[in-house]
This record gives sequence, C-alpha cells and structure tokens, in this order.
Amino acid sequence: MEFLPTLWFILIAVLWIGYLVLDGFDLGVGMLLKGWAKNESQRRVLLNTIGPVWDGNEVWLVTAAGATFAAFPHWYASMFAGLYIPLTIALLALILRAVSIEYRGKSHSQRARNIWDWCMAGGSFFAAFAIGAMLALTSTGLPLDEYGDRVGGPFAWFNGWAVIGGLSVVGVSLAMGWAFLSLKTLGAPREAGNHHLRRYLPIYLLPAAIWVIGVVLRYPKVASGGMVVLAAAGMIISWFASRQRKEGLTFTGMVIFVALGVGAIFTSMYPNVLPSTIDAAYNLTVTSSSSSDYTLTIMAIVTAIFLPIVLAYSAWSYWMFRKRLGEQHIPESAVVTPV
Amino acid sequence: MDPLEVARWQFGITTVYHFLMVPLTIGLGIVLVAMQSAWHRTGKEHYLRMTKFWGKIFMINFIMGVATGLVQEFQFGMAWSEYSRFVGDVFGAPLAMEALIAFFLESVFIGIWVFGWGRVNPRIHLAVLWLAVLGSVISAYFILAANAFMQHPVGIELVDGRAEMVDFWAVMTNPTLLIHFPHTIFGALAVAGSMLLGIAWYHLWKRRKDGIDTVDEQGYVVVGSSGSKARDEADYRGWRSSFRWGGWIAIVAFLGTAFTGHTQAQMMIEQQPLKMASAEAACHDGTGFSVLSVASGDSGGATTCDDVVGVFEIPGLLSFLAHNDFTTPVEGVNTLIPKYEEAFGTHLPDDPRYGERAGAEIEYLPIMEVTYWGFRLMITFGGIAALAAAIGLFIGRKGTVPYDKTLMNMAWLSILAPFAANSTGWIFTEMGRQPFTVAPNLNGIDQVWQFTAAAVSPGVSGEEILFSLIALTLIYALLLVVEIVLLVRYTRGGHPAGMPELLADEQHDDDDRDKPSSDVLSFAY
Repeated sequence: MEFLPTLWFILIAVLWIGYLVLDGFDLGVGMLLKGWAKNESQRRVLLNTIGPVWDGNEVWLVTAAGATFAAFPHWYASMFAGLYIPLTIALLALILRAVSIEYRGKSHSQRARNIWDWCMAGGSFFAAFAIGAMLALTSTGLPLDEYGDRVGGPFAWFNGWAVIGGLSVVGVSLAMGWAFLSLKTLGAPREAGNHHLRRYLPIYLLPAAIWVIGVVLRYPKVASGGMVVLAAAGMIISWFASRQRKEGLTFTGMVIFVALGVGAIFTSMYPNVLPSTIDAAYNLTVTSSSSSDYTLTIMAIVTAIFLPIVLAYSAWSYWMFRKRLGEQHIPESAVVTPV
Repeated sequence: MDPLEVARWQFGITTVYHFLMVPLTIGLGIVLVAMQSAWHRTGKEHYLRMTKFWGKIFMINFIMGVATGLVQEFQFGMAWSEYSRFVGDVFGAPLAMEALIAFFLESVFIGIWVFGWGRVNPRIHLAVLWLAVLGSVISAYFILAANAFMQHPVGIELVDGRAEMVDFWAVMTNPTLLIHFPHTIFGALAVAGSMLLGIAWYHLWKRRKDGIDTVDEQGYVVVGSSGSKARDEADYRGWRSSFRWGGWIAIVAFLGTAFTGHTQAQMMIEQQPLKMASAEAACHDGTGFSVLSVASGDSGGATTCDDVVGVFEIPGLLSFLAHNDFTTPVEGVNTLIPKYEEAFGTHLPDDPRYGERAGAEIEYLPIMEVTYWGFRLMITFGGIAALAAAIGLFIGRKGTVPYDKTLMNMAWLSILAPFAANSTGWIFTEMGRQPFTVAPNLNGIDQVWQFTAAAVSPGVSGEEILFSLIALTLIYALLLVVEIVLLVRYTRGGHPAGMPELLADEQHDDDDRDKPSSDVLSFAY
C-alpha cells in the first residue's frame, strides 16, 4: 500500500462526501422549488434557506475536481474525457442553476421568475442526475483502452449503472432537501418535509442503496461490508427519527448514510480509481494514476492547513444563519425603477 | 471533424467569456472594500449608498463569473486529457489550491456579506467583505501561476515522459507569474474604474437633465435636491465620489498595466521570442518598432513573412522596448523559426497517438494577424480607457458633468474599452503561445514542452466537442443578454437600486443600520 496515493484517495472520497451532503440538500431544495412549492412566498422561503450557503457548497465539487486533477491526473483525464456528454450536461445544468438563484429575485415579471424557477429546478435535477451517473460509472468502470482513453464512441459509457447512479443522487438530494427544510423552516415546508420523510424516506434512498450494495458485491471487502451495515443503520435511524419528528437526528442519519455509503463504494473500489470494462489490466489504480510523491506531499500539507480552516468558517456561516425561516421573514421583493 | 480545432475554439470562447466577468469581480471587489471601509470609518451616508449600489452591480456580475468558472475546472480533463496527463502533476496543484484556499473563502464570505446586512455586527460585516475579496485576489494568483507555467515552465523535470513538479516554490514564484499578476490586477482595476466613471457620469448627467443640479457662472456645481431621499445631496455626493474614484483608479490602473506590460514584453522576448516577433510582424532582425504593418495578401492564406509590408516604423524603438537601448537588434521571425525547428523538430512525431496529425509539419509562427493586432488593440483600448478617464476628470473637475447627451454616451461607451483591452491582451498572449500548450523554457528546463496538437483528448470525437461548444456558446450568449439587461436596469435605478428603503415613504432613521429592527430579513432572494 502506497501511503500518499492512498491518503489522497481517501481525501478525494471525503471531498465527494462533502459535496454530496452539502450540495445534496441544495439540489434537493432546488428541485422542490417546482416539485413542491405552490406560491411565490413558499418559493422564496425555499430559496432563502439555501441563499447564503449554496455557492460555498458548490465549491466542494470544484475542489473535488481540482484535487483529482492535482493528485490523480490520469483519473481526472480519463474520467472527464470518457464521460464527456454527461459532464457537459452537468455543467450546463449547474450554470443555469447558479445564475437563476441570483437573477430570479431581480426579475420584474412573473413570467421571468417562472423561467428562472424552471432553470433552478431543472438545473438541480439534471446536475444531480448527471453527477450521480458519472460517479456510478466511475465506480463500475468505463470502456478504457490501455492509454486510459474511452473507446466505442460518445455513448459507450451508457449502461444501467448510469441510471441507478443518476437516480441515487436525485433521491438522496430530495431526501436531504426535505430534511433540510424540516430543520430550517417554519410552517408549510417544515410540515411537508416531515410528512414526506415519514412516509417515503426509504424510497428516496433506495437507488443509492442498490448502487452501494452493487459495488460492494462486485468487489467484496470486509471493511466495505461493515460500512454498508453502518450506512443502513444511518438510514434506519433517519427514518425512525423522522417518524418521531426529531428533525436534527433525521438529517444526521442521512449524513451517516451518505458518508458511509460513499465510503463503502470507495473502499470497495480501492486500489482501483477507475476500472476499465475492457480489460482489468487497463484499470486505473491509485498508484498508476497518481501524481509524484513530491506533489502529493505539498498538497497534503496545504490541505492539512486549509481544510480545517474552511470547515471552521463554513460552520460559522451555518451558525450565523441558523434561524428558521418562515414566510413572515421574507421582505417584499424590490422593484427597481429608473430614477 | 478535427477535434483539435473545435476544442481550441471551445477553450477560447469559454475562457474569453469567463474573463469578461473576472476582471470586474476582482476590480469592483477591491473598490467595494474601499467603499465599505470608508463608510465604516467616516459614517458618511453616501459611502453606504455607494457600497450598496455597487454591491448589487458586483453581485449581478459575480454570479456569472462563478457559473462560467465551473467549466474551467473541468474542461482540461474533458477536451484536453493528454494535456492533463502530461502536466497534471504540476498544473493541477495550483488549481486545487485555488479551489481550497481561494474559492471557499470567496464564496462562503460573499454569502455572509450579502445576507449579513443588519444581521452581523458592522465591523465583522466589513471584515467578511475583506475576506471575500481577498479570496478573489488569491484565486487570480493561483490561476495565473498555472497559466505562467504554460508560458514559461519552471520547477519541473521530465520523468517518464511527464512533467513532474520538483520545486513548488519555483512554480509559485515563476518570474512570469510575478509580472502577470500585477498586470492582471491593474487590468481588473481599469475595468472597475471605467465602470465607476461611466455610470457615475450617467447619474450626474441625469441629475442635471432633471434640473436637480445646476452650475453657477464659473461652471461650479450647485447641488440641489428633488425632495426625495433618492435624489438628495447624499445621492449627489455618492455619484461625485464614484466619479472621482473611478477616474483616478482608471488612470493609475492604466499606468500600472503599462509599466508591468513593458516588463512583460521584455520578459517575453527572452522567454517566447517568436510570440513577440510575430506581435511585431518583425520578420528580420532589427531595431524598429512597427507602428503599422499590413499583409500584401500575396500568399493567399494566413499572413506569413513572405507578404508582410511595413508601412510605418520607428527606428530603434523596438530595441529600446526590448533591451533598453536603441541599437541591439531583436531577432526576427526568419531567424527564430530555424532555431525552433532545430530544437523541436520540423514535423510532429509519427506516433499513432497524434491521430491524423501524426507526421504533419509544425507551424511555429503563431497566426500573425492575431498576435500583431491583439497586441496593438490591447494597448489602444487601454489607452482609450485612460484618456477617457483623464478627460472625464478634467471635464468634471467643477463638481458635475455638462448637460450634453453626446458626451454622456461617450462616457458610458468608454466602459467597454478596458474589457476589450483585457480580452485582446489574453487572446494575444494565448494565441501567441501556439503551437505549444506548454511553451518550451528556452533558458533552462528545455525538455518540458508540449504541442497543442498532442494535448487534445484522443478518445473524444469532434462531434462531442462541437455539441458542448454549441450548447455553451448559446447559453453564454443568452446569459450575456440577461446580465446586460440587469446591469442596465440596476444602473438606471441608481442608489435606490441598492437601497430600496430610500424610496419608501416613511423616513428611516439613519442609525437603524446597526440593529435589526424586526424579524424581516434585510435582504432575501
């Protein structure tokens, strides 16, 4: 076992877990903007629960990509080139989503707001689905040749795992979105969140459970089996908590489910980072795809210093905006007229 | 379809587009810090209005920078996987650190700043803005470290056909980076300065048009008030300050870009002599600076040294720019190309990994029209911006601007000049790097370089890249229209666009900024 590449493999897993947990509820709330909210004030409550934090959450994705580039250039190159089309869809969706949250409140007509709402909800859905598909295919493999280049054309990556992965992240995001709304709002969204989770929580998490178990069965390991059990415990805790209206525990249970579920996938894959479906000899592994020890050391030092700082001020921002939001807190929307 | 051409167009379009937003984010961010600090220190109402108004303009633009920046983090892997494999060890590190150190700082604290009015202690609220803007400035440093590596690779060794980092400190103190960085920051400040000046001009003009402000016999302003808080004396003082700040920032920024640019050009002659020679259309060794050269068109296609015709040239100036004396000749294209051919070959290797381009002849000369005119347009647009700022400050020295619609239109149009200067400058320096993605370091580490033809993703088809190119370009075009519509709407809204309470009927107590008076958020989407 190579220490530094393994450490970086773990750190990349941590970054993806961070992304799925934090942007997960953002994406879920984004989807619910069209999937649930019935009127303007409900939509504004939803948007403002994620308003101060969504941009910081998305940086987890950028950091995961950047860290993969720095620590595993071959993984970065093969994964993103191989999954060109789903990644393009994810980027288009994320662009529309990012812009819509800022520009919606600055539009003057109901029609424009409606278009931005669709950009937000659709963007959140397609981003979640495409990113889920990409992660699932990274865990189950792509048709890569000996150089790590995809063969078989633009859609050669497509298979059932892409759909399962896509549904996994959509489902997890919706569940986390509901849980977040139960925690952060007053009135209707809170009630709706509790109601949905009490009844449907296992259905939301089912695709993710299939993905995790599928990968673990493919490359069985004791450690990943243990993580699956703990992830399942997280899901059960979350479901029971939701039935008792323990909103904090519901959310925490889901975080445990995501963290250990993704942890189980990464543990099972190890030492592969991106398997080839053509020939196991072409699998990209932590050692064959990693950067030099020098680079990994520098990056590890920088991360050891800055990741705790990032976590500290991110936590501070959540604490700052800890108050629950209700329709009564939302100011009238400002209309800008020429002086 | 040749993936290389499509991929290059895509990289050019997405990056130039992204860099329309970036300089405004950086430049206006620094200005915002100054405005809010001024308000915090003096407590003067007009500084608060400036902070809030320019804060709105900042956010409309900031979000587009975020959205388009996402593509940058992924597209190296998507379309340029061979490049990513070759340089990832050294090039990925600044990108990852940019995200971890700069983007988190910027994004988290901007979120707190926007939602924190009235909720966070004012001193902390100001510190939050400082940190967010610090994040954007640090991000510029990291991404320029990555770019400087492509222009002038340092701190590396060639190991098993890949560039490996051996000296992180050298990468982060690359001499090219140390001059790139101030040049880029000054370029960003020029954008912000022109924006302040142009928009403030419009509002000072509007106040005169609406009969609020007048001038006395000597031409000095007589400030009036419309009776509404939206058009009172504080409103005047806000625009007057934005006007002055903008003018001086633009002038200082132009001087900064000129000085750093001069150093950059001298460095370029050492590091990438062909880029500079082609920017000068300098075919033969010589000392003269070409003020104007044209192509005779004899060769039919792209301009080459066979058909460059010098129209007007200043003897000795090129040597002065390059070496600080008037006589040392600067090597021209005809001298340099054989040197490159000797060092790096005349043809691409006959390797199947190069696809259909294997064995093709290498064109070392960048597209001369682009480098020649890119270089000149950058300087011209920068000069226009500085001149406009100087003239503007002079015309406005008595406290307001003339009631003249043509002048007003010229004032806001001049906002575009520094944007154009930034874009042409980048197009020049990136196109001038061709045919390399990583230009060879001629004074040292000469094994690490890569041809652009060898950088593109071998497994990705031209059609895939065309799909993303079309989709991104369409969305970018639509969003640019939206951004401009919003910028114009908020600009015309003036200070109340940032402070709707100015238009409210009841009189607000100026002191209520410290204590959130009710449960209602002071800002919400």
